[in-house]
Amino acid sequence: MARYVIRRLGLAVVTLFILSVVVFVVASVLPGSVGRAILGPFALQESVDQINKELGVNGSLYSQYFRWISHAVRGDFGDSYKFQGPVTDYLASAFWSSTKLAVLTLIIVVPIGILGGAIAALRKDQASDRIITVTGLSLAVTPEFAIGIVLILFFAVKLRWVPAGGSADGSIIEQFKVLILPAVTLSATLFGYIARMTRAGTIEALAADYTRTAELKGLSRSRVLGVHVLRNALLPTIAVLASQMSYLLGGLLVTETMFNYKGLGLLIANAANDRDIPMLMAAVFVVGTFAMIMTLIADVITAWLNPRIRFGSHV
Amino acid sequence: MTSETQPIAKTPSQEMRSQLLKSKTFLLGNLGVAFWALCAIAPGLIVNRDPAEQNLIKKWTHPFTDGFVLGTDRSGRDVLSRAIYGAREIMFIAPAATILGVVVGVMLGLMMGYLGRVVDDILSRIIEALISLPVILVALLALTVLDAGRATIIGVIGFLFAPLIARTVRAAVLAERNLDYVRCAELSGENSLYVMFVEILPNIFGPIIVEFTVRLGYAVFTMAGLSFIGFGTQPGSPDWGRTIFDERTSLLSNVWWPSIIPAIALASLVVSINLIADAIQGVVDK
Repeated sequence: MARYVIRRLGLAVVTLFILSVVVFVVASVLPGSVGRAILGPFALQESVDQINKELGVNGSLYSQYFRWISHAVRGDFGDSYKFQGPVTDYLASAFWSSTKLAVLTLIIVVPIGILGGAIAALRKDQASDRIITVTGLSLAVTPEFAIGIVLILFFAVKLRWVPAGGSADGSIIEQFKVLILPAVTLSATLFGYIARMTRAGTIEALAADYTRTAELKGLSRSRVLGVHVLRNALLPTIAVLASQMSYLLGGLLVTETMFNYKGLGLLIANAANDRDIPMLMAAVFVVGTFAMIMTLIADVITAWLNPRIRFGSHV
Repeated sequence: MTSETQPIAKTPSQEMRSQLLKSKTFLLGNLGVAFWALCAIAPGLIVNRDPAEQNLIKKWTHPFTDGFVLGTDRSGRDVLSRAIYGAREIMFIAPAATILGVVVGVMLGLMMGYLGRVVDDILSRIIEALISLPVILVALLALTVLDAGRATIIGVIGFLFAPLIARTVRAAVLAERNLDYVRCAELSGENSLYVMFVEILPNIFGPIIVEFTVRLGYAVFTMAGLSFIGFGTQPGSPDWGRTIFDERTSLLSNVWWPSIIPAIALASLVVSINLIADAIQGVVDK
């Protein structure tokens, strides 16, 4: 197990390095100079050279990368072109907003997804199973903004229960009202994945020898389901959930744009549209790092659950 | 050699085909995809109004009024025509990106699974790193700095999908590579390329088809998301993602049709593709 974790951590460092190179290289192929992009086509060449020097975008690609990454690991991503302030400040507040949204999403979707998957498994091949499976699959593949716009129409425009978007500040109730529609939108996408994993896990656990033994021992149905089936079905589901975090993070991009919610997703969308490269690089790097940490946690949980990996040397 | 291997590879695929044709979800999914493909190829057959024709006097006409079956948008453009023409861009870009991803992914996967050792180790590490990144974010970063034309979108989505496909193909190749027919070909002195592409490839067709349909769904998903946040399509394009972004504020004036109709169109396309994927997966896994 320790060997696996060490190997996996090593891989995480490699991943982080590749991520930083991808982000850096992609951002560096920007045609024309950065200074020119900021000052516009009519600026004097001397001013362009001056700003390029200030931003540190001259010199070899290697020295530029080294300068960027050595600052980045210390949390300094430079100044935003658009806001003229440190990227890190904007990133921090957006990160906090997105965390609130993500946490509410998980609070909603995890119990519902597990419940849906368990019901589908217990009624395998019956109508309710088909309905849960097909609905889950359809919601999982429908872009978040297509779901979000229907929710806005019903709950914000027709029923007027909640606002159609905005930022979450003010009292807890106000924040909840702003957060609930984007959270339900993200939940709709994730529901299918969680339900599918729980369903598969439950079906497997129902057919397993330990379940038959438990039944033959004369344990009550609810005890068999609760203690023997669900517990075994849930642990892999949790691991899968962590690996789905990268979808959740990608989903923030469109969902926050849809609801005009000032989190990391909207920050990235705006930075891309404004060509605010330092902001964009930093945000993608932070989100990518976060996704990588989640995948790492998922893999370690999966390994810990699987004795073949836990005790073996090879994956 | 080829004529000898073909009948063996064909029998299970014929069996799969007859099973698929009995599947209702498969047929329903195909109906949906065929409809949107027709809209993309020949939108003029279905609607006769120009999707770009503006008429500000008729702004926000309700559905079923003045001959506008699904009403008009903020510029008085026909919502039905725009929904039909909106299939064009995505029905071209998504399949093209998926095909690119599958071609590159299959080649990488064959190499990793068959050649193994150093090739496999190096490529596996890179692929694991790429897979943990959210596709849409990396795509967005690339599109911001590159020229956001069609070719770029196809290239970026295809490139980002290739590792996922490679991983599936690699696993399928590993299951095949020690079977007798591969050994037999190797012993008769065939070179690696021949064994990979002529012997192994036809036998892992099932997982590749599943991967293709699943990725096609994600390509539509990704492309729609990018276009929603303003990348990959021109302003004023009837593309669904862009239209929903442009028209979403009309909702607040209780005008739902310009944004909800393209949302339904988009949902019907992705759900159709995934019904097909689900049906094929069910048959291949059996």
